Amino acid sequence: MRLLAVGWWLQLKVRSRSRFDGLLGVLWPLFFSTTVFLMFRAGTQSAALLSAAVGASVMGVWSATSTAAGGALQQERRQGTLELLVAAPRPFPLLILPVTLAMATVGAYSMVATLLWGRFVFGIGVTIHNPIAFLAAVVVTVVAIGVLGFLIAVCSVRYRASWALGNALEMPVWLICGFLVPLSALPAWVRPISWLLAPTWGMSAIRAAAEGRTAWLDLAACLGLAALYAAAGTVLAGRLVDSARTHATLALT
Amino acid sequence: MRVFFRGGLTSYRALFTWLSPWILIPTFLIGPVFQILFFAYVGRTAGVGSDAFFLIGNAVQYAALPCLFAMGHTISGERSSGTLPLLMASPARRIPLFLGRALPVLINGYGVALFSLVAGALLLGVRLPPATLAPLALVVAVATFGCTGLGLVTAALALYVRETAVLTNIAFGVLLIFAGVNVPLAAMPGWMVAVAEWLPLTHGIAAARQVAAGAGWADVRSDLVAEAGLGLLYVAIGLAMLAFFERESRRRSTLDTY
Repeated sequence: MRLLAVGWWLQLKVRSRSRFDGLLGVLWPLFFSTTVFLMFRAGTQSAALLSAAVGASVMGVWSATSTAAGGALQQERRQGTLELLVAAPRPFPLLILPVTLAMATVGAYSMVATLLWGRFVFGIGVTIHNPIAFLAAVVVTVVAIGVLGFLIAVCSVRYRASWALGNALEMPVWLICGFLVPLSALPAWVRPISWLLAPTWGMSAIRAAAEGRTAWLDLAACLGLAALYAAAGTVLAGRLVDSARTHATLALT
Repeated sequence: MRVFFRGGLTSYRALFTWLSPWILIPTFLIGPVFQILFFAYVGRTAGVGSDAFFLIGNAVQYAALPCLFAMGHTISGERSSGTLPLLMASPARRIPLFLGRALPVLINGYGVALFSLVAGALLLGVRLPPATLAPLALVVAVATFGCTGLGLVTAALALYVRETAVLTNIAFGVLLIFAGVNVPLAAMPGWMVAVAEWLPLTHGIAAARQVAAGAGWADVRSDLVAEAGLGLLYVAIGLAMLAFFERESRRRSTLDTY
């Protein structure tokens, strides 16, 4: 637990250093939320704007995690620190998980920024009926997204080009996890895929808490899936590190 | 001519450090298709626009991804490989050197936009009348040229700033909001429309939507001329900025710092 906490805090500091990255982190969620707010304001379903504001706020958490997680280990590889991480006496997954959790935490900023942007620029006042459940839902969703990022990140131990996977998954998850589009509006065959993704349940819990409905079942599903991802990522990390050692590809950039 | 073609091709092959072409699939094929699907479904939920509106807007806008990122990377990639000082020290003339790098990028962006149009139309069930396909392809080519001009500006800025990916992401986001990709210009505040008029893609997307709806050349001539004119303007600005930042980076010894 101490290792996770120290790693998370260190990575949080590392990822907060770059002013360029900070600028993009500030602007990127606002590009998409502005587009979405303008679309809903111009459309006939402007009553859905409140729900869209909540959904748009979570989009940034996933964006910050998916794109960065894909390139996290590639960055370690370029810095020449990946071999040190693999050779460290601590379990490799426990060294990678804090990296993606820190990314999701940085992404959590975009939730606040999007809600404030919506409030002060577009006049969208989001009323949160159950603040405690809302806060719990946000924390669990951020953690679940971080763990999903961990699953993406471990793939790049073996596959150098998997940074592209993180980029490619950004919008599919936005679409099929119900951030802005109700699952009922998607083709029926997509819904089982949505149910396997923790952000779907996290988003549902956040929305339920904001609207005053019970969020605990959704939260339990989100946590359960996150635990499954963590287990799968741990097994996968072991196998992929072994494979990278066998093929002598660990340090290849 | 040799610098233009051989130099451009060599630079393109070094892009994105890809050794096998499969890396292009998620970036250039999956990404744009999901952007089209995402905004088409959001549009349905919000009750705004039609599937064709989002298909054309996002497919044409996605040409910006290679045009902006690849052009920026032509400089930052040289820097990270340690070859930027050699490039700048070479006696090659700068205009064919940099325009040669823009040509494969332009073709790439055009291919991405056309693929996105076809794939998005098939997935969303949007029917584009056969008679509109050839004019649409030409309009997309003009829009891609306009965007490559902006890419040349980002390439020039890459001589001055280190984080070109951040810069190009911001340019991509600005185009997404302002160029009428997902929100009709009529639904935007006046100041946003005024900005949009001076951006590449705005006129190209508007022309593409009109052509897809069956409009003739006369109807879209002004938009096409504006898009091509803006493209030339951005190319000229980009080349001037490249010359300026090259001189500045030599003077301040910052060419190879990052």
